[in-house]
Amino acid sequence: MAGYKSVETKYMEEREKLFRGLTNLDRRSFLKVSAAAMGAAAGLAAPASFTPVTVAQEPGEKASGGGEGFRFAYVSDSHLYEKHVNDRFVRGLLRGVDDVNNLDPQPDFVFYGGDLAQLGQPKELELGAEILKNLKAPLKIMVGEHDWYLDMGEKWRELYGDPTYSFDHKGVHFVVLNSVVEADFWTKRKMTPMERMKTVAGLDNGLQSSFTVGEKQREWLKNDLAGLPDDARVIVFSHSPLYKLYKAWNFWTDDADEVQAILQRFNKVVVIHGHTHQLLLNRIGNIYFYGMLATAWPWPYAPEGMPELTIEMTRPDPFNSTDGCGNGEIPVHPDGMIDMVYNLWNRNPITVRPPYMTSWGKTDVPPLPNRPSY
Amino acid sequence: MKQALIRSHASRVCVGVICLSLLAISSACQRKTASNDAKGPSSDSCCPTEELLSCDGKATITISKSVTGQARADALMEQWKHNHPDRNWVEEEKAAHAFEEPADNSDILKDGQAKGHAYGDFSETDLLVWTRETEKFVAQGSRIFHSGDLLESTVGASCDMCHPHAANTHPETYPKFQTQLGRVVLLRDMINWCIENPVRGKKLAPDSAEMRALEAYIMAQRKGVEMNYGKH
Repeated sequence: MAGYKSVETKYMEEREKLFRGLTNLDRRSFLKVSAAAMGAAAGLAAPASFTPVTVAQEPGEKASGGGEGFRFAYVSDSHLYEKHVNDRFVRGLLRGVDDVNNLDPQPDFVFYGGDLAQLGQPKELELGAEILKNLKAPLKIMVGEHDWYLDMGEKWRELYGDPTYSFDHKGVHFVVLNSVVEADFWTKRKMTPMERMKTVAGLDNGLQSSFTVGEKQREWLKNDLAGLPDDARVIVFSHSPLYKLYKAWNFWTDDADEVQAILQRFNKVVVIHGHTHQLLLNRIGNIYFYGMLATAWPWPYAPEGMPELTIEMTRPDPFNSTDGCGNGEIPVHPDGMIDMVYNLWNRNPITVRPPYMTSWGKTDVPPLPNRPSY
Repeated sequence: MKQALIRSHASRVCVGVICLSLLAISSACQRKTASNDAKGPSSDSCCPTEELLSCDGKATITISKSVTGQARADALMEQWKHNHPDRNWVEEEKAAHAFEEPADNSDILKDGQAKGHAYGDFSETDLLVWTRETEKFVAQGSRIFHSGDLLESTVGASCDMCHPHAANTHPETYPKFQTQLGRVVLLRDMINWCIENPVRGKKLAPDSAEMRALEAYIMAQRKGVEMNYGKH
């Protein structure tokens, strides 16, 4: 049959085209490449992303709480391989960046939640940096375990500097932690750097240690927060959830209790984390925890220990490679609480508003999924 | 080196030690002329040396003639271990990706219930063999499940990237009508679908060793879950 191309052939052609486009990625060509990436992947194409969500909280709003309202966006967990290996994860990150670039008005900044690379290789991190460079808004970035354990963060630090830092924006104090510090499990086992990396990269690999923030960073955190009054607006970013959910998958931070103790004195603290690739909500005292979506793939929910506030997403459709993935935007209210907008790529977006969290799930319940998560 | 042997727990390793000790002591192993370039943890440059060959004919070490008896056997054993880094792969796979244990069958041995039956007169050894062989089968599945290389993925993907500990595979719901495929499928059809699509590897023959191992691992992980075919 003349001119007939199989699904596989079409896919390989699209894939080649994407990779070719990536070689010279400046802002102008980015639009072209990312647009193509979205419509491509013959047979696997997802419906167009939902249009950006109108948020209730307008940027610049002044109201009770004394502070200024504003909005930032996030993209997280892209798990990029080197360019020639895997196109799907590249498409995911391109789509995340594109979504955020299409927000109007633009967010004040974009936060990247860690696991930019899959195996921490310089070329993976460079590819990620090359794509993230195309964000219109300023980038703030956090490290994940997949970025770290090949060279113990050498390349990542070269690109982005110290993984532990804080900054102030419109009266909110933001703290970024490296919560994926693992005790040495590799020396005893005589692992090569790549073996170490692959062990950590396996979510269910029990040879690795548990994530921690560690004493050094906890000290740093105490000092960093020392000057702030108890009613300060504080938002903390950590790659792993800063609580103990499910140890076997490192949905867990081993010294979470100690970190929470440092944060407990504030009237409220918002903690935003990556790593779990799913809609995940929790509240411990006055600390409110929100999980970010991934652009690479969704994880299943932990088989036990789910926080009661969590609304589990319906099980992602395996036949749709971007289902359950997404990114989000986060309007910050004048009182320091946030709206968490889960921009799920193939589903209606879900917005989690502060009353849902502060009332322990009694009011303002987001629309519940109609199917179990499994 | 000696301590490594004392600590060794696998019984077959102990059997190996005895075998090697006997060989070393009775000088049954081949002796060759001394050479200094042989690899091995035990070469000794100060004294006259000789080359020893282990009973499987594959491990060679150069060892001082003054080293005798157990020390000599230990040295051969170390070399054998060095040549067989995969010797404890089942234990290692279990340590890396903890999987469910097979059922405990110790009831069978109680109250002499099996006595006098042609089929059913089992011993502890039988039970041990069942457990180990079953675990090995499942461990092999776990290895493939967790390895993009063994799955021959062209995009660096492996099953565990979406299904840690085989979560969300729900083998107990098959056979069922898979709406996306428009037909009734078995677990193996879905395994092959995943291998062909997200993993972008080559489809397995339904009766291949790899498919059987993958099915074994996935089923093992749902131990205790009620069978419920057709469930969506």
